[in-house]
Amino acid sequence: MSLPIEKLEEEFQAKIDAGHSIEPKDWMPEKYRKTHIRQISQHAHSEIVGMLPEGNWITRTPSLRRKVALLAKVQDEAGHGLYLYSAAETLGISRDELFEQLHSGKAKYSSIFNYPTLSWADIGAIGWLVDGAAIINQVMLTRTSYGPYARAMVRICKEESFHQRQGYEIMLTLCRGTEVQKQMAQDSLNRWWWPSLMMFGPVDAESTHTEQSMKWKIKRKTNDELRQQFIDITVPQADFLGITVPDPDLKWNEEKGQYDFGAIDWDEFWQVVKGNGPCNKERLDTRRQAFEEGAWVREAALAYAEKKEKAKDLAKAV
Amino acid sequence: MNKWPLWEVFIRSKSGLEHRHVGSLHAADATMAMENARDVYTRRQEGVSIWVVPSKAITASNPEHSGELFEPAQDKAYRHPTFYDLPNELKHI
Amino acid sequence: MKESLYQYLLLLGDNAMILGHRLSELCGHGPSLETDIALTNISLDLFGQVRNYFQYAAEVKDDQEKTTEDKIAFLRYPHEYRNVLLVEQPNKDFAFVIARQFFFDAYHLLLLKELCKSKDEQINAIANKSIKEVKYHLRFSSEWLKRLGDGTAESHDKMQAAVNYLYPYVGELPSESPIEKEMKEAGIGPDLGVLRTAYFAQIKSTLAEATLETPQFFGFHSGGKKGVHSEHHGFILSNLQYMQRTYPEMEW
Repeated sequence: MSLPIEKLEEEFQAKIDAGHSIEPKDWMPEKYRKTHIRQISQHAHSEIVGMLPEGNWITRTPSLRRKVALLAKVQDEAGHGLYLYSAAETLGISRDELFEQLHSGKAKYSSIFNYPTLSWADIGAIGWLVDGAAIINQVMLTRTSYGPYARAMVRICKEESFHQRQGYEIMLTLCRGTEVQKQMAQDSLNRWWWPSLMMFGPVDAESTHTEQSMKWKIKRKTNDELRQQFIDITVPQADFLGITVPDPDLKWNEEKGQYDFGAIDWDEFWQVVKGNGPCNKERLDTRRQAFEEGAWVREAALAYAEKKEKAKDLAKAV
Repeated sequence: MNKWPLWEVFIRSKSGLEHRHVGSLHAADATMAMENARDVYTRRQEGVSIWVVPSKAITASNPEHSGELFEPAQDKAYRHPTFYDLPNELKHI
Repeated sequence: MKESLYQYLLLLGDNAMILGHRLSELCGHGPSLETDIALTNISLDLFGQVRNYFQYAAEVKDDQEKTTEDKIAFLRYPHEYRNVLLVEQPNKDFAFVIARQFFFDAYHLLLLKELCKSKDEQINAIANKSIKEVKYHLRFSSEWLKRLGDGTAESHDKMQAAVNYLYPYVGELPSESPIEKEMKEAGIGPDLGVLRTAYFAQIKSTLAEATLETPQFFGFHSGGKKGVHSEHHGFILSNLQYMQRTYPEMEW
């Protein structure tokens, strides 16, 4: 009793339009499956690669309180990567295949993690800006059409709620501290502001996936809408800190009820996407190295498990 | 070749409640699956008891059969208490 | 007596801190995501213990400039750190991480069992809280010791190599220093002589279970408890102290 593909697709779209979730064993268009594998794995890779710039400061935190907070945060990112890889696996691809795509450079991850963390304030700025931008995206994704992805996002959003507060608290402490600390915070905002705005992706007119993604409810708002939302939330937070957003064109537009902002350097964005950012190669090398160095460990654990299983069977047979 | 199998994790969030599916993970054996489940899924006191089950041990119903599996229950309203008409003034029933 | 208690708390806290530091270096670099998360959990447990010991140490030390857990953690001179040499040893590969962890956990659990009976109420309370964490650490490291020891030929060789390399460092753990002797006599710390026997017996039996050989005894490296460390220690401190040394006298 197989239906023609057009009919299936129609029913599928109707289901999404009615707000129903799509679950792993449900029929889905091949393109839906592929798009989800791409997006969920990109998201997972971002969590895993995202551990590295912050991990860079774990051994150098200025206090024990900051140490445990940062360790727990970076650990959460490993957890979030894991939830997301699991969600992608429900679409019939293995984690090893996904790693392979990351390591070969075929799969992308958020470009923001190709920027270096040069000072302690960068740990604050990442929590405040990068997690702030991510949360806007992620909250939207808790209502996405693919069930396992949406459920992973609910869990992630719940856990992430401390991440941004952790970052802002670091910034606040710096801005209430000595002159050199305040400078550290300002320098960090200068370096992270524009890359954070780029996190929302190209402007709508140039975004290739937006239309289809909206139809499938993978996305519920466009890149530009989300970017504007982020700016409107974040500028007052910078004001509260007493540091300056590095955009001379930034000003409140009374009429629109939102901020106008200056031009984003899209050349830089595409350069980093293409692999020419300050840390692209280093980040991928690090991930590859961890995976390759872990191969004998994973293999040994499997061999041990098989041995034990055989011994159990043998005992049963006797 | 050296892929650790997938496990499904179920957690009882507090005593008195049932175990609920919370997600999955990879582990080489049951002991490791249990430890990984503890480390991955109970970092914020989410549980008092854990089950881990090899994903391949789960038999799932096929959505294509949803019609014959689930729709026949739709018109069996007599299984629900509201099916039965009783006077409103009647108490404790 | 107060100074001795303070020194004893440093000894307890420093072992946890330096090992926690070594494990924290692995965050984001583990052999699988699941293992990465597990190792970070152990690191977090250890740093939690460090904070308990150092907060208490700060109370015990009644100095004029009011010391804090962070001053104790980040602003001592190298010879004032009291950790054993074992925990300073680097993460050469995952087998080293597991061997180091197992050797420490096995001792740590025996020690905490005794400290749960300590006459010092605070130490007693910290030990009772920490022991649950450390039971789990030992389970984790013993399981992995067996997996790698009895896994593939390659993992067996790597695990045996790590055990051989690190074994000369285990003797320092149950070797009584003057401070520990004083604590034993005050009923605060345990008799390490008794603990020593149990410790070596446990190493031997778990190694055997993991199909690994207990190395022959050639003498042990020591010095950490009195502040004489390995070459690795300075590099650990240069990371650990980086912020406090580069930007002195600031709040973070």
